Amino acid sequence: MGSALAFLLLFLGHALATPLRWASDSQSGAPFVFHDPADQAKLTGFETDLMQVLARKMGRTPVFVQNDWDGLIPGLQRGLYDVVIDGIEITPEHRAVVAFSTPYYRTAERIAVRRGTDGLDTVEALRGHVVGTLKDTTSQRLLEKAGGITLRSYEDETNAYSDLANGRLDAVMLDAPIAQYYAVPDDRLKLAGGPIGSLSYGIAMKQGDAALLSAVDAGLESMRRDGSLRRILQDWAMWTPEMASYLDDQSTEQVPPKAWDHWVASTRPTASLQARLARYAGFLPLIGRAALMTLAVSACAMVLAVAWGLALALARRYGRWPLRGAATLYIEIVRGTPLLIQILFIFYGLPSIGVRLDPFLAGVVALGLNYAAYEAENYRAGLQSVPHGQMEAALALNMTPAQAVRHVMVPQAFRFVVPVMTNDFISLLKDSSLVSVITLTELTQAYIRLSTTYYDYLGTGLLIGGAYLLLGLPFVRLARIAERRLSRSVRATQPR
Amino acid sequence: MTVAPGRPPNQVVCDSGAETPASGEPLVMVRDLRKSFDGQVVLDGISLSVETGDLISIIGPSGCGKSTLLRCLNLLEVPDSGEMRLVGHGIVRDGGRWRRSDERLAHALRTEVGMVFQSFNLFGHRTVLENVMLAPVVARRTGRAVAAKEAMALLEKVGLAQMASRYPATLSGGQQQRAAIARALAMAPRVMLYDEPTSALDPELAEEVLGVMRQLDDEGMTQLVVTHEMRFARAASDRVIFMDSGRIVEELPPETMFTIPSDPRTRQFLRNYL
Ligand SMILES: Nc1ncnc2c1ncn2[C@@H]1O[C@H](COP(=O)(O)OP(=O)(O)OP(=O)(O)O)[C@@H](O)[C@H]1O
Ligand SMILES: [Mg+2]
Repeated sequence: MGSALAFLLLFLGHALATPLRWASDSQSGAPFVFHDPADQAKLTGFETDLMQVLARKMGRTPVFVQNDWDGLIPGLQRGLYDVVIDGIEITPEHRAVVAFSTPYYRTAERIAVRRGTDGLDTVEALRGHVVGTLKDTTSQRLLEKAGGITLRSYEDETNAYSDLANGRLDAVMLDAPIAQYYAVPDDRLKLAGGPIGSLSYGIAMKQGDAALLSAVDAGLESMRRDGSLRRILQDWAMWTPEMASYLDDQSTEQVPPKAWDHWVASTRPTASLQARLARYAGFLPLIGRAALMTLAVSACAMVLAVAWGLALALARRYGRWPLRGAATLYIEIVRGTPLLIQILFIFYGLPSIGVRLDPFLAGVVALGLNYAAYEAENYRAGLQSVPHGQMEAALALNMTPAQAVRHVMVPQAFRFVVPVMTNDFISLLKDSSLVSVITLTELTQAYIRLSTTYYDYLGTGLLIGGAYLLLGLPFVRLARIAERRLSRSVRATQPR
Repeated sequence: MTVAPGRPPNQVVCDSGAETPASGEPLVMVRDLRKSFDGQVVLDGISLSVETGDLISIIGPSGCGKSTLLRCLNLLEVPDSGEMRLVGHGIVRDGGRWRRSDERLAHALRTEVGMVFQSFNLFGHRTVLENVMLAPVVARRTGRAVAAKEAMALLEKVGLAQMASRYPATLSGGQQQRAAIARALAMAPRVMLYDEPTSALDPELAEEVLGVMRQLDDEGMTQLVVTHEMRFARAASDRVIFMDSGRIVEELPPETMFTIPSDPRTRQFLRNYL
């Protein structure tokens, strides 16, 4: 009976194929995991292809989870997903915090320079020059060790290469796949010298889950043996002699590099205005969805901020001292620390004491609790600007202090704070961009994604800026209507 | 009633049927009321009593404690010591701390006392009608329909029925003060307190307000009025109280007060008005 049940469960488990939640930062660029430049809704990249096959080999359904680069490892520790794949180098530092699969790709660093530059083809030759790279990479460590190099560490490879093209940098040293995808197709740039050093990418997962680790490794081994890993790398034009010997795969099968060709074709600078406009039109669905997210997070956060802010203001103005002290402390702490830290704290910090919020809720809570502190100070000022005679009149009419506050003081205080609240809401719309660090794709995230794909910070910037303005506009109007309605009775009833 | 030794500093004394004082007892009775602000003595032993239906005028130089006395009568200000009895609600103070339970007592007492302020203090975010309805609806849980009907009747009485749906800021000062009186009356108080109700008004607007107060007097309302309107005090009062430096200097019928006051300080004060 018991074993029959166990068998049934096992059977069900297989039939339903538990999801394999894999995370990556789709903003971190080609050729890893990124959005197809020709179709922003489509996730692509050689790691995306690899994960589809790997999950199938493991008998699980792949489910992609977007997360910001800096949040990838913390999210793993939080249990937001099972594995992370994003060109993460297997280094002792990384090994200290996560477990790694066997490497799925081995490569080296490559130097890129402007066409017409000669001689900068080794690390030693870079001494005395300005060199760009990504922060926290093998490349950065190599350049630091060489000494005498003016180092610029970037968050994003597109910025490094565009600074190289603009002449702000003399050279950029990065992983060979990145150099291939960003420097090679660019007519202004070329690769210099040969491969430097060596590095391996591994799939990262939480430490201590031996079952998952061996399942991933078994899947990779199976992909090596049946040639599917090679075919993916060939598709992306990343199959190298080094990989052939590492995987011990000397097959002569020819797979055309379709994915690479597609990348080159779709990122070629478009000269014609028409092509540009067509491309912008293609952005609109993504921008629309991102705008909705921005609006939803901001509106929910504002509702929370108003309610909680009012409670804090009442505690500060009318509460007895322990309550008043607590409210003051809260307001000072919240106003005295950066919003970004509060967001990260709520999303990544609270789970260690058992409070797990999904990204949307965490964003709303973080923004709401933060803005509540500012709203509270507005409301307190508003309450103070209501003449004390109003309170006395209400008490003399036999209202309790609570009734007087609710029916007489608060409504009149609100008239003073409506204009300020509108301003606050508009800055909340803008501050909501910070929730992109906890995996929410809102407008700013969309801007980063689109502009880094196309090197087009100008056109995309205007589009996204326009979206923010459009979002804010209705609230400016709404505030004006509210002010007009309230001003009918706004002059306090003072003796003439 | 006296302060017996060993009695708690504040004590509520409610007769059976707190609404009506025992027959023969005055509606308002104050004995030896004292109040200081930061060591400055503002009320220095005030005693007075007011019979049902009386209209008492309180006059005196600026800063002598008139407003403080009125505010003590409905406990917007807490006296330091002394005894008060208003419409059957008693309070005895002997310098003790004002506690939360005392706040309940103040609340009960205020049901009997209406107050009208120099600066009207109408609620700016509500129409005149809503101003009058608000306290019955909120503090007494009267139904809105009933409250609106009663409020309309009161506005009619003070001649403001036409203004019911206006906002206070759009009314003249005289109209605002009459609305404030209607608002206080809506809670059906037994005693009305006025703190310089006409000081902020031009003479003809003041007359509208004083007219309403005369009418209430005719209907038997008990009223205490702090005022600088000597003609009104003389014509309408049952008695006039002259205060100076936190004390009642003398309390006389109006004719006597304004013709042959006995105290030199009263004569000095009234000389400025005649
Ligand atoms: N809340 C307070 N805190 C400190 N001092 C006060 C307070 N209220 C009143 N006083 C002081 O008490 C004294 C009497 O004030 P009160 O308002 O009772 O005088 P008044 O007789 O009403 O004068 P006026 O005719 O000018 O209205 C004044 O010296 C005033 O400064
Ligand atoms: Mg006064």
